[in-house]
Amino acid sequence: MTVSTATALTGSDLKRRLRRAEWRGRLRAIALVVPLLLFLIFFFIVPIARMMWLSVDNSELPSTLPRFAEEIQQWDPTETPLPDESVLALFAEELRAAAEARDLAGVARRLNTEVPGFRTTIMGTARRLPDSPEGSWSETLIGINEDWAEAETWLLLRRASTTVTPYYLLASMDLRMGAEGGVEAAPRDQAIYRDIFARTFTIAVGVTLLCLLLGYPLAYKLANLPARISNLLLILVLLPFWTSLLVRTTSWIVLLQREGPINQALQGAGMIQDPLQLIYNRFGVYVAMTHILLPFMVLPLYSVMRGINPALPRAATGLGAHPFTAFRRVYLPLTTPGIGAGCLLVFILSIGYYITPALVGGANDQMVSWFIAFFTNQTVNWGMASALGSLLLVAVLIIYWLYIRLVGVERMRLG
Amino acid sequence: MALPSYASPLERTWYYSYRVICGLIFFFLVAPILVMIPLSFNAQPYFSYTTEMLTLQPEGYSLRWYEEFFNSSAWVTSIRNSVIIAFASTFLATCLGTLAALGLSRSHMPFRGLIMGLLISPMIVPLIISAAGMFFFYSQIGLAQTFPGVILAHTALGTPFVVITVTATLTGFDHTLTRASASLGAPPQTTFFKVILPLITPGVISGALFAFITSFDEVVIVLFVAGVEQRTIPREMWSGIREQISPTILAVATILVLISIALLTVLELLRRRNERMRGLSPS
Repeated sequence: MTVSTATALTGSDLKRRLRRAEWRGRLRAIALVVPLLLFLIFFFIVPIARMMWLSVDNSELPSTLPRFAEEIQQWDPTETPLPDESVLALFAEELRAAAEARDLAGVARRLNTEVPGFRTTIMGTARRLPDSPEGSWSETLIGINEDWAEAETWLLLRRASTTVTPYYLLASMDLRMGAEGGVEAAPRDQAIYRDIFARTFTIAVGVTLLCLLLGYPLAYKLANLPARISNLLLILVLLPFWTSLLVRTTSWIVLLQREGPINQALQGAGMIQDPLQLIYNRFGVYVAMTHILLPFMVLPLYSVMRGINPALPRAATGLGAHPFTAFRRVYLPLTTPGIGAGCLLVFILSIGYYITPALVGGANDQMVSWFIAFFTNQTVNWGMASALGSLLLVAVLIIYWLYIRLVGVERMRLG
Repeated sequence: MALPSYASPLERTWYYSYRVICGLIFFFLVAPILVMIPLSFNAQPYFSYTTEMLTLQPEGYSLRWYEEFFNSSAWVTSIRNSVIIAFASTFLATCLGTLAALGLSRSHMPFRGLIMGLLISPMIVPLIISAAGMFFFYSQIGLAQTFPGVILAHTALGTPFVVITVTATLTGFDHTLTRASASLGAPPQTTFFKVILPLITPGVISGALFAFITSFDEVVIVLFVAGVEQRTIPREMWSGIREQISPTILAVATILVLISIALLTVLELLRRRNERMRGLSPS
């Protein structure tokens, strides 16, 4: 570096160079993160965002029968019992075209989710539609299937003709659109989702509390042992953490079954006559889930307790506090970050559990996840699956946000 | 926390009952995993201890379920699939995650909290939601029921673990080392391979182990995204438990427990090495 450039590096010039160097550093940091960010956006965020979109998406009918979908919006069922003849003609024309192009599956699936069995109605009608009407189109359609005489049927088609619908989200909160517009409670026999959400929430809270109840004394013991012993015992906590979820679930099925070791032992000891029903009920779900999630509670508690100065509670007792008071007023408040971290983590994980309740729970112990899987794979009602998924996701994201605010994402540690 | 000699009887009782309570909780954690191991050597097709087993007669035990496992083409294929998927997704997750962690630990990184929150989210979002979303989306772009589809999905799940462990290793990282290397004339890639990588290797390996076990153990995504060709060990276990429950499952489970113990041992050794390198006592 020559003397002339060194003297030129004054004031604004220096500032500019510094700013440029900082920009370069920032770009380099961003360039390192970008590959993962793009990867996750494409293969993780976009799929989930699309799923959330599916919960309001209603484009099956408008994309297959576009002109009919537009025209039927004009129909007012209070004035005429059926849509106008011109609308029906459009319906017949577009339905036939779609059937010939073999493009009706999406529409049939969409309508079938709301009125079970409607798939056959619309498929059968499309197959038997003549090129020109016999008499009027309304007579022709009713001749093929009586259902077309009902205003209800056309109302169903009208509901399916908007590109977005609140139908699934409302249904997953036990609500529905009233016939005159407005929102009303769903009929009692269909109103199951609030119960399911309440059940999911209850199980998640219960498992979190059980984990705290068992995890706190354990973490306390671990944190107050000499490091050599506690590291060894920590492996006992980490072993279940590292063991396959399915292995642990299997072992609980083996343990809790009617002829399993627990029932064998209890009968052998003469404590019970008949084997107890320990599995395929709520008890089994609580036991297995608590066992599986306990390490997630112990680890954050342990790392917080390790950092507490043991002189503090001792000082409190030295100043005359009862050991219990010293624990409650000094030690417990110091562990709240660990309690918060452990509880939020266990709650977040348990609220979305699927495998364990599906294998050790009974019909009345299934959580929201089970219904998402059911609607996705069994009934192919993707709108309903997405709506339940979206609500669950919102709940989880709120707790995650709380976790980041209260605990801080950098504090998340593994083992 | 030894008991002082002047402890009152009440304190003594509390001290010992507390020990018993902790012992019971440890028992609760570990016993279920261990109880099933002897059952996998059961000579009978039952899930319970037979009298021959309890009286330790050799005819009560056999290796027939292990034999069945290794002779079944479905199980052997599932081992192959699990290994392919787990190794491929671990490799991708480790590369992407380590780079991102290096970027995140730079002081210049803008929006660090937000980006970190985003990168960790695959660990937080319920698996069933990720699985359903991926199923809908991957079917549209032709990735469903293919190996690349399952591998990419598992990569997404594994990256948070790598990001977390590598970031944690980097918090104690002395940045003057990279500056020293640069001032001695090393180009950035030399600095990375000769200075940074050797120091963060424990974090990278433990992150990779987490990513591996996540993929190796994962079943929900496989249920949704994979086809018959991509059935993994957990997927076979899932249908085994639901359909035709046989002690073969226990043999598989025992093998998986042994694998976890091996991984855990590697991790523990790494942790000790890391503590030694930082000048902490390994005790």
